[in-house]
Amino acid sequence: MGLEVHAQIKSNSKLFSPASTDWGAEPNSQVELVDSGMPGALPVINEYCVDQAILTGLSLNAKINNISIFDRKNYFYPDLPQGYQISQFEKPIVGEGSLIIDTNHGQKKIGITRLHLEQDAGKSIHDQDVKNSFIDLNRSGCALMEIVSEPDLRSPEEVAEYVKKLRSILRYVGSCDGNMEKGNMRADVNVSVRKIGKPLGTRCEIKNVNSIKFIQQAIEYEAKRQVEILEQGELIKQETRLFDPNKCETRSMRGKEESHDYRYFPDPDLPPLIISENKIQNLKKTMPELPDKKKERFIENYSLKNYDAEILVSDKYIADYFEELAETRQPKLVVSWLTGELFSYLNKKNIELSDSKISAQKLGSLIDLISDGKISNRQAKEVFEDYLKSDKNANDFIKDKGIEQISDQAEIEDLVKSVLQKNAKMVDDYKSGKDKLFGFFVGQVMKESKGKANPQVVNNLLKELLSK
Amino acid sequence: MSELSNLNITSARENLLKKEISSVELTNYYIGKIEENKGLNCYITQTPEIALKMAKKSDEKISGGLDIGILEGIPIGMKDLFCTNGVKTTAGSRILENFIPFYESTVSKNLWDNGAVMLGKTNMDEFAMGSANTTSFFGNVENPLKEKESIKKLVPGGSSGGSAAAVASGQCLGATGSDTGGSIRQPASFCGLVGLKPTYGRCSRFGMVAFASSLDQAGPLTKSVNDAALMLQAMSGYDQKDSTSSKNRVPNFLDYKNLDLKKIKIGLPKEYIIEGLNSQIKECWENSVKLFKDNGAEIIDISLPHTEFALPTYYIIAPAEASANLARYDGVRYGFREKADELLDLYECTRSSGFGDEVKRRLMIGTYVLSAGYYDAYYLKALKVRKLIFNDFENAFKKCDLILTPTTPNVAFGIGEKQNDPIEMYLNDVLTVPASLAGLPAISVTGGLNDKSLPIGLQLIGKPFDEVSVLAGGKFLEDSREF
Repeated sequence: MGLEVHAQIKSNSKLFSPASTDWGAEPNSQVELVDSGMPGALPVINEYCVDQAILTGLSLNAKINNISIFDRKNYFYPDLPQGYQISQFEKPIVGEGSLIIDTNHGQKKIGITRLHLEQDAGKSIHDQDVKNSFIDLNRSGCALMEIVSEPDLRSPEEVAEYVKKLRSILRYVGSCDGNMEKGNMRADVNVSVRKIGKPLGTRCEIKNVNSIKFIQQAIEYEAKRQVEILEQGELIKQETRLFDPNKCETRSMRGKEESHDYRYFPDPDLPPLIISENKIQNLKKTMPELPDKKKERFIENYSLKNYDAEILVSDKYIADYFEELAETRQPKLVVSWLTGELFSYLNKKNIELSDSKISAQKLGSLIDLISDGKISNRQAKEVFEDYLKSDKNANDFIKDKGIEQISDQAEIEDLVKSVLQKNAKMVDDYKSGKDKLFGFFVGQVMKESKGKANPQVVNNLLKELLSK
Repeated sequence: MSELSNLNITSARENLLKKEISSVELTNYYIGKIEENKGLNCYITQTPEIALKMAKKSDEKISGGLDIGILEGIPIGMKDLFCTNGVKTTAGSRILENFIPFYESTVSKNLWDNGAVMLGKTNMDEFAMGSANTTSFFGNVENPLKEKESIKKLVPGGSSGGSAAAVASGQCLGATGSDTGGSIRQPASFCGLVGLKPTYGRCSRFGMVAFASSLDQAGPLTKSVNDAALMLQAMSGYDQKDSTSSKNRVPNFLDYKNLDLKKIKIGLPKEYIIEGLNSQIKECWENSVKLFKDNGAEIIDISLPHTEFALPTYYIIAPAEASANLARYDGVRYGFREKADELLDLYECTRSSGFGDEVKRRLMIGTYVLSAGYYDAYYLKALKVRKLIFNDFENAFKKCDLILTPTTPNVAFGIGEKQNDPIEMYLNDVLTVPASLAGLPAISVTGGLNDKSLPIGLQLIGKPFDEVSVLAGGKFLEDSREF
């Protein structure tokens, strides 16, 4: 499998026009002359978008081409106002690169063929009127990066990992929101099957799949379809297909014979895009730490397991969240609360951490109470959801709930003494060698304290008093 | 003050500044002339009300003595491919028959900012594709000039035929044109005018309906070389809205007056002595060489070896670019739309009846030469030849300062002639196209008259951004010709 990912560049204005790119605006309210293909309109390159493409290229360890060319890709479509899309064909802005994914068999390097800049098209709207279709040109002219991978991906899982990793890198760099629901990241998936060791088979391209789940489903369906065809002794037809998420199947859209002749040629309205080595070096200096590097550092600095580090760095927001927490706290405790309790809570609610409004401070203050022995881990887990829903800080919350842990030596000693007195026979048994009874005493003390006693203190006092 | 009919931009400007005449008077005069000459069909749209408003404003500025533009109060015609805010802009096509832009082209804006007064939008070959102004949806333009003792109607040349005929018939003091392969120089030659195509990038293409983006360049059509310098001054300049417009400093074009032509080197390319070059034109050319020589200029024989490939190269590159540039006229968003039930029908019917035959021919050529399997053989090869043609000029300009040639192989011909053979029509451009492909500045100035008293245009081609020398050479021809 190989992927062509279209990532909309996060930029205030379009690739060749100053029109706004805000999502969800009134239809056709963000349209300049170029975006609507008016006579005499001319494209002017948005340097910010160029910088974002370069940064993305650098983050994919790719070669930045000092000279690249914008071409016209010609075809008629109502939401393509110029009658051509300005894209890059023979000389893209970014050349070969690579990206590392984690698989069940360890790390794998996926080749990036190229990254090029192009205009997005508008949107046709068919469900507003019985007889007429409408066109919204707000998206027309928005900047896209098309990121093409080598056919290095061998399973739907690898493809999912690739998309996740790519999205994570784009978000780190800040060049794309990677929000597949809003359509600012979507993928064309090329699928072919072969017998092990044989050359790659004829491929089919599945156009415009817009979620990781759908990508996996589409591949699974498509691979199965191709295998069935081959097993019946027939040949795969090279074609473009569409994925129908409702039926979970792919359908033929057009064959190779019907494929467009796009008649690419250099856009005479735009001079070659020249990028100086100096500019590349300056942009390099502004590069944030990328997930792979961050992961190494997390493992090194916080003694994290590879698995935990991988989860934390997958999203820059999470990574930053973790670092804020771990700065003054025990990393292991932080990881367990962040990836364990908090994530399962978010999963249940089906929201992202970044959308959850749960601050690191909020989680941190609870973890602090655990480390300070003011509340037990178990207690904290029990009240966690209520705590998140409340607007109190951790201290006030546990006070109000009356679950503050008792760590006071004298208080606990009284409890321990009373338990030992009540169970004199058991104490004798213990002293005569029945060590296992220790747990019984702990349980009794905890019960007496209604679970509030600090178990560590209880343990210590019991040992001390029982050995007398 | 001289007769109104004898005025040109230079003299009208003096009269306006001396307040011997007002812009409103001048404008009213031309509004009348336009009415009188309607038969020539020079204007697609007349804008007398706008003109008078602009004229009044100019008069106020002149009487106030403040902020007076280079062309303050000068009534001009605007070729109908420059988008004019609120004024219909058709590019001579049915497909834009009722198109009213809500924006202003940079060239027209520069002219208005410099005080020019808009009399109207001049007729042109559809999308600037033509050499006789016979492809306009709004009808043929007639050349005001006639052969001696003949009533045969002649073409004004094209594509800026409306502009040329309007200036030549005194329906404005000057007019804008656009030149892709000769569309300013050839009509200037046919109508006895000065036509200047500046260096590619000198004038912004923003708001100019595109024909072939890598070749299109705006320029003036005027009665005199000095007029051309004044108008170009007002039109030129870098524009951030056009990525191909040049950041080169705009010189004072009137500096052409200070150039010493005695030391200038004039190149004569032997390749321009083409088969089919009219003998009287050849004679006129040779005579002008003698004039330069007598004046002290050094005449140098040069070679532009790839000249013969220029025309076929042009007729690949220009249609290729046009095929994409005109794809936006699809009936979906603006302009003419044919009724249809299906999307494909909408496209096909709209474009079939919206475009004329010549445009359709070129769109088909352009689509063909870009198609898979033909791209390398045609378009890519044409790009390579274009580079060779550019190199030819670059080498030639190591030896000379200006290149002197005829503008066209023939003088103005009758309306309806050459209509059935596009190749013969295309040959009109054979001498103007090379400079277009190389993006060089070139002027056409009348060098003499033929035996039927029709003007013969001579062309001077200059180095990139050296319009000043081109104007100086043109001025010499203008002053030294004998008629």
